[in-house]
Amino acid sequence: MRPRLPVGRVVMYLLLIALAAFYLLPIYVMVNNGLKSFQEVSLSRMWEPPAAFRLDSFARAYGRLAPNFRNSVLLVVPATVLTAAVGSINGYLLSKWKFTGADVVFPLLLFGMFIPYQSVLIPLVQTLQWLGRILDIRLYGTIAGLALVHIIYGIPITTLIFRNYYATVPTEVVEAARIDGAGLLGTYKDVILPLSMPGFVVVMIWQVTQVWNEFLFAVTITSNPARQPVQVALQNLAGSQIVEWNVQMAGALLTALPTLLVYIFLGRYFLRGLLAGALKG
Amino acid sequence: MVASSPRRSARPRIRRDYALSALIVAPSVLAVGIFVYGFIGWTLYVALSGWNSFLPDLSFVGLRNFIELFQTLRFQIDLRNTLVFTVTFLLGCLGLGLLLAVLLDQRVRGEGFFRNVYLFPMSISFIVSGTAWQWLLNPSTGVNLLLDLAGLDRLKSPWFTDPKIAIYSVVLAAVWQMSGFTMAMYLAGLRGISDELREAARVDGASEWQLYRHVILPLLNPVTLSAVIVLGHISLKIFDLVFAMTGSGPAFSTDVPGIFMFETTFRGNRFAEGAAVATVMLLMVAVVVIPYLAWSTRAEREG
Repeated sequence: MRPRLPVGRVVMYLLLIALAAFYLLPIYVMVNNGLKSFQEVSLSRMWEPPAAFRLDSFARAYGRLAPNFRNSVLLVVPATVLTAAVGSINGYLLSKWKFTGADVVFPLLLFGMFIPYQSVLIPLVQTLQWLGRILDIRLYGTIAGLALVHIIYGIPITTLIFRNYYATVPTEVVEAARIDGAGLLGTYKDVILPLSMPGFVVVMIWQVTQVWNEFLFAVTITSNPARQPVQVALQNLAGSQIVEWNVQMAGALLTALPTLLVYIFLGRYFLRGLLAGALKG
Repeated sequence: MVASSPRRSARPRIRRDYALSALIVAPSVLAVGIFVYGFIGWTLYVALSGWNSFLPDLSFVGLRNFIELFQTLRFQIDLRNTLVFTVTFLLGCLGLGLLLAVLLDQRVRGEGFFRNVYLFPMSISFIVSGTAWQWLLNPSTGVNLLLDLAGLDRLKSPWFTDPKIAIYSVVLAAVWQMSGFTMAMYLAGLRGISDELREAARVDGASEWQLYRHVILPLLNPVTLSAVIVLGHISLKIFDLVFAMTGSGPAFSTDVPGIFMFETTFRGNRFAEGAAVATVMLLMVAVVVIPYLAWSTRAEREG
């Protein structure tokens, strides 16, 4: 047991609460000013609670951002599902069927998740334009092209998380299936996949958060405002001189809401993905 | 372990499965090979070319873009900003994260609540937090107003409107967003230290301070290393947060290579210069990450 002076405990709780207030400050400002009427909003009364709750700011922000919300959803769904599927297969093979050279391939794959994406941006734009031309589909400037980019650059991290996850599955389980005559894909379907649910939850939460929040690829690849994901639309909204700041705050909160809800309800898995991203699997 | 398994050479079916394994991983390897390594090579090629206008011009000019880049005042400021940002951001995140983790490790009531509050900024985007902090640190309102109301007007600051301290305003927002991550890592590390060890130190007459200073902190060194690598490489390539919060700032006081690269390439059509900036960014990140990757894969193979 750890005996402690009550005075020390009180100071400690005060410190914890003060720090919690610091972290909640931006949320308070976003909610507080988003809920005020346009007449009531004033920079000099930022901290005063609203006299009456009004949803005008949220309505106006949503009006501006709604098409981009849809774009982001259309982006996140394929970029999450497909990358998770690829990561799961890769992770299984790179942990249980290590072919010659697998130990070289894996770190080379991993480096891909650390690079500054600026260092691939110019060829990426050129390649999307070129691929679109030869395939006769629009990739540059579209959500489809952006989804493709997120799928490819999502492979390293999802492979890493699944590989670390499958490392906890005893090799004996795989060997037993092998002795029973199951092949590589049969073992995956019958043995590995049924065990993979928590891994998929972690990876999908990670991808949803990453892709929803991503900005650099989005702003580079999509220039038509109607095709831009919500982060780019929010940046345009917040950078505009004519949009009221309470609308900017409301827009920021709306943009944050999906990943915030994921965090609130599935925080445990969110944390696991976070720590896996730190290579401590 | 599998590669040398005797069963592999004894059973052709198994050998076929290993070939199949390589075959299934191949498309991913190919995609990453092209989109990461091929593209990096192409960026380097562009950086050595004369493509500094709208029309592609891939004539070889050697290191001219790099030499000119390092003579450009804006890029010199960017490198200094990156250094200042990275050092203060790391110190802020490590210090605050460790403090939070140690506090939460004292068997506090509502630990889950506090932990969630400290960690939630990780789940929102840099664009959102940049938007919020832009108003919070606006000198005529936000935090300054709060300090006024609390009677602490001596602490008021011009924040990002003063070129001398503008970069620290961005550091404040970045620490707000990322310190929960170091807290989570330190907390996981602290939970891995056995109670027996703490008890043994106490029996030996160590005070709580000595216990943390001489027993627990050294055991957290690997956590600190991981956090430095992860946060360090994020800060070397930071873009969105600065872009949304202050942009380049007064006199480029919050400009960073990420913003310079984006603007000169896609706004100014100076592709070769942008590629040169990108190459410098990649080298900075590689210096931090590659030794770490080598170290952790070797540790894994041995352990």
